[in-house]
Amino acid sequence: MLRTVKTWAALTALCGLALTPLCGGAAAGENKTLKVGFVYVSPVGDEGWSYAHDQGRKAIDAMPGVETTFMESVPEGPDSERAFLNMARKGYDVIVGTSFGYMDSMEKVAGQFPKTTFMHCSGYKTHENMTAYFGRMYQARYLTGMVAGSMTRKNEIGYVAAFPIPEVIRGINAFTLGARAVNPDARVRVVWTRTWYSPDDEKKAAESLLDVGVDVIAQHQDSAGPQEAAEARGVYSVGYNTDMSAVAPGAHLTSAVWRWEDFYKNFIAKVQAGEWKNGNFWYGLDSGLVGIAPYGAMVPQEVRDRVDAARQDIIDGSLVVFAGPVRDQDGRTRIAEGALPEDSALLGMDWFVEGVLGTTK
Amino acid sequence: MSGDLFISLLAATILAGTPLLYATLGEMLTERSGVLNLGVEGMMLLGAFFAFFVEMKTGNHWLAVLAAGLGTGCIGLLHGVACLVFQGNQTVSGLALTIFGVGLSDYLGAPFVGTLTEGFQPFPLPVLGQIPLFGPVFFQHNALVYLSYLMPPLLWLFLNRTASGLTLCAAGEYPDAVSAAGASPNRMRWFGIFAGAFLVGLGGAYLSLCATHMWTYNLTAGKGWIAVALVIFAFWRPGHAVLGAWLFGGIMALQLRLQALGANIPSSLLMMLPYALTILALLWASARGRGRGAPAALGENIAPGA
Repeated sequence: MLRTVKTWAALTALCGLALTPLCGGAAAGENKTLKVGFVYVSPVGDEGWSYAHDQGRKAIDAMPGVETTFMESVPEGPDSERAFLNMARKGYDVIVGTSFGYMDSMEKVAGQFPKTTFMHCSGYKTHENMTAYFGRMYQARYLTGMVAGSMTRKNEIGYVAAFPIPEVIRGINAFTLGARAVNPDARVRVVWTRTWYSPDDEKKAAESLLDVGVDVIAQHQDSAGPQEAAEARGVYSVGYNTDMSAVAPGAHLTSAVWRWEDFYKNFIAKVQAGEWKNGNFWYGLDSGLVGIAPYGAMVPQEVRDRVDAARQDIIDGSLVVFAGPVRDQDGRTRIAEGALPEDSALLGMDWFVEGVLGTTK
Repeated sequence: MSGDLFISLLAATILAGTPLLYATLGEMLTERSGVLNLGVEGMMLLGAFFAFFVEMKTGNHWLAVLAAGLGTGCIGLLHGVACLVFQGNQTVSGLALTIFGVGLSDYLGAPFVGTLTEGFQPFPLPVLGQIPLFGPVFFQHNALVYLSYLMPPLLWLFLNRTASGLTLCAAGEYPDAVSAAGASPNRMRWFGIFAGAFLVGLGGAYLSLCATHMWTYNLTAGKGWIAVALVIFAFWRPGHAVLGAWLFGGIMALQLRLQALGANIPSSLLMMLPYALTILALLWASARGRGRGAPAALGENIAPGA
């Protein structure tokens, strides 16, 4: 079996080598169309993570000289490697993969196709021709936490979360810090679903939180299942990924949203101009990549003003989300008074701040 | 745990257990006729898709349920062709059916992912829904839940109190005896496969019409496999299937509520509960003796002409 895999890999590499001169030759042409391929882990049809990226894809598809394609619901692991290989062999100039678990397979394929530009979202590995990029969603989470903390009457907020990994934990912590900045009595109850995209399970998780008595539902999932559950019971909800007001028109406070359109347009423009440099990028509120959706009608003006002011402070740098002192669930000080956390500490965050009910295990 | 929370836990138990109950009863009926069909997971997904599709096109909920039953029944017949006509290995054919069903439902459903439909909405039954405790737990759900209450007694009556039901069971125990009595064990097995797949399809319809009200990939998420294990857990008896399905539904609902209450237990351990229980149930079932409950000729093919 191993031998077969090796042979296959060698053949693939040979094919790659054989194709490279062809691709290079084509790239030298003047009016060449830039072919961009996207690989998504979940379907694009829902209002979630892949949908948000696909809005970006559509934006660049409208640019002159750009042609795009996408593959949806591609599982992490070997299937994703095959997807990247196929696109690279078909001569795609740029290949974008938007799931953390694509990182290793993309790195492998990037090594075989040096002329192709690879873009990996939410990981940390880079290569000469592979960029790691992501956004500081936790800054937007802080703002949505402020809205939720202002609107809860029982001081109990529910948070439906996918997997206990640093990205999700960081978001829950920032949300909780935001909620407690405006409402020191607020508590955030976390239920893990261990799925990224399973609308039924995610809805049931939200229902369990509602049964326990929370009166705002927030979430970190790729589906709008938690919003459906909140809407059905007439309870406020905070969405994620895209503006989820359409799913929960009566009770949607706001959403922490990705705006990939401008990011991908800038990136493609640079590639077309031959100015793109690969690297590791982590963009914040100031870039516009992360933000919050328009407030629901029920959010009072003084809350909006306060959150908008905090947004401006984060952009100016006068408000830092994880500035010390920050205590964990057991009351221990994790970030000392006056200290600012390193990005590496944020990227490896595996503990909950004070005010979160739940476990990071 | 407060009273309201306890009632909501029991109500959520019934909801989570309903698709399992349909699928378990369906597989049970098929196995009682002597045919093992491991295609439940794939058939359930196709049932969910058929129901979603007809609901989307016609808006008629009951027509959607019927389409799920009949469509999945026909898919089940493929298993009959493989095992009853061509004498194929039942385990292999069933596994192939699961892979086929997963792939086909993904393929057919790809253009509709995320599409919302109305489906069945909850309606509390008059009078019954007002009974304290029992009302909120059993009688404030949707029509497919109420229908599922009728299934175990009906299946029990059919298997134990009707001539055709007894002949079907005989086809699963001693097919030769059925032939000797002048009946066709193969005909009973065809019926067992079709009717069983019909019920499995209703379990799938529950997922797309009642649980999510939308179409997406992998709606079953392993529920078909739990149903296969539940048949053994239930010793092939419809009454026991109710206990098994609701017990599993209850554990799924309980682990979420334990997390929501802030129980300091790793979520990975809580998630394991239903599957750990599956293994324990199978151990317990086999400790009680393999012969108890399993149809004697389960999985054994018989001559096509019989």
